[in-house]
Amino acid sequence: MITRRKLLMLLPAAAFAWEYVLAGTPDVAPNYNSSEHWWGMLLDIDKCIGCGNCVRACATENDVPEGYFRTWVERYHVADWQQDTPLVDSPNGGKDGFPESSAVGGKNFFVPKMCNHCADSPCTQVCPVGATFHTPDGVVLVDSSYCVGCRYCVQACPYGCRFLHPTKHTAEKCSLCYHRITKGLTTACCENCPTGARQLADLKNPNDPIHEFLKTHSVQVLKPHLATGAKAFYHDLDGSVR
Amino acid sequence: MSKFKDAEHLVRLAGACAVVLVLFLLVRAHFIPKSFGQYGHFRGDALAEQSSKTISYAGHKVCEDCHADVLEVKKAGKHAGVNCEACHGPLAKHAEDPGSVVPQLPDTAVLCVRCHEENIAKPKTFPQVVSKEHSGGTVCKTCHVPHSPLLQPGDKKS
Repeated sequence: MITRRKLLMLLPAAAFAWEYVLAGTPDVAPNYNSSEHWWGMLLDIDKCIGCGNCVRACATENDVPEGYFRTWVERYHVADWQQDTPLVDSPNGGKDGFPESSAVGGKNFFVPKMCNHCADSPCTQVCPVGATFHTPDGVVLVDSSYCVGCRYCVQACPYGCRFLHPTKHTAEKCSLCYHRITKGLTTACCENCPTGARQLADLKNPNDPIHEFLKTHSVQVLKPHLATGAKAFYHDLDGSVR
Repeated sequence: MSKFKDAEHLVRLAGACAVVLVLFLLVRAHFIPKSFGQYGHFRGDALAEQSSKTISYAGHKVCEDCHADVLEVKKAGKHAGVNCEACHGPLAKHAEDPGSVVPQLPDTAVLCVRCHEENIAKPKTFPQVVSKEHSGGTVCKTCHVPHSPLLQPGDKKS
C-alpha cells in the first residue's frame, strides 16, 4: 500500500530516472550523430599528380610506421598492347614522390589507393574474434583491444589495404581519419591533396557535391565483380587498374 | 506422489545446472564490455576511443580565421584550391598555441618540385617543369610568389 509519504519520496527518484532516460546513450563525439552519415571517398585519377602529400599526411596524422601504408600511390604504365599486364611501381608507397619514369609512350597515370570502406567487407567477415567492424556511418574500423593478430583480414582484403603493426602486432588500416571526420574535419589525405584528387564524401548528405559528381561523371570502384560494396569511387579509372 | 519418490537425485542435478547457469551468466556479464552492442556487434567504446585521438592537421578553416590576408592573396591565384597545411605541414599545435609553436617556412626549392617536377604520369594539363633546365637550382620564390604563383609583381606574367 503506497502512502502519501511514500509517493512523495518516490517522485524525485522517478524524475531522476526520467532524466537518465532522456539523456539516451552517450554519442561518439559531441555534436556528431553517426546515424546521419555514410562516408565514402571520391578519387579523381585525372587530378592525381603523384606528389605523395596524402601518404605523408596520413603517416603523420595516424602514426603509420615507416614502410607501412594506410594509403599509397601507384604509377601505372600501360602500353597499347598490354592492357592486361600494366607495369606498376610505387617506390616507398609514393611517399617521396616518383622519379622520372623510364617508360616511353603508352598510357601513364597515378592511382591513389586506400581502404575502400566496403559496405560488405571481406575483412570483417573473416575476423574470427569480431575485432573488425562496420560503424553505423559506414567506416570499417579495428578494435585493437580485440584483435589477436591472426592476419586473416590482411589476406582477405582484395585491395591489400591492411597490415600487421610491427610493434603492436594488431591489424592496422585506414580509419578514414575517424577522429577527424567526427569533429567535422576532412581526412588528412583530403586536407593535404593539392589538386583535389581526393574528396571525402558523405553519401547520406543530400547537399554533398558527390551526388552531382556521380550523376554526371564516369565513376568506377575497384574490383566491382567481388561485390564488396566498395565506397572509394574512382573517376576515369582505367580498365588496367587492379 | 509415490511416482516421484526416487526423484531426489534429479533435484540435485537441477540444482547443479542452475549453479552452472548462474556462474555462466556471471562470467559472461563480467567479460562482455558494458558498451558491447551499443551500435552493433562490437564494443561501442571503440568508436569513442578512435574519435578521441588527437589531430595533427588543424584544417584550412582554422588557419584562415587568423591568416585572412593570406587567404585573400591565395584566392586570386592558381593555388586557391591548395590548403595551407599541404605546403606548411601539420600545424594543429600552432593553431592551439600560436605564441609558442612557430612554424618553419618551407624551403621552396624542395617543396615546389614535389608537385611541379615533370613526370610522364602527371595529367598533361598540370603545369610541370624540368627544374634543372627551368631554374638551375635557384630557389623558386626568387621569382614566384608561392601563395599566388605568377612571377613577382613588376615582372611580366608567366
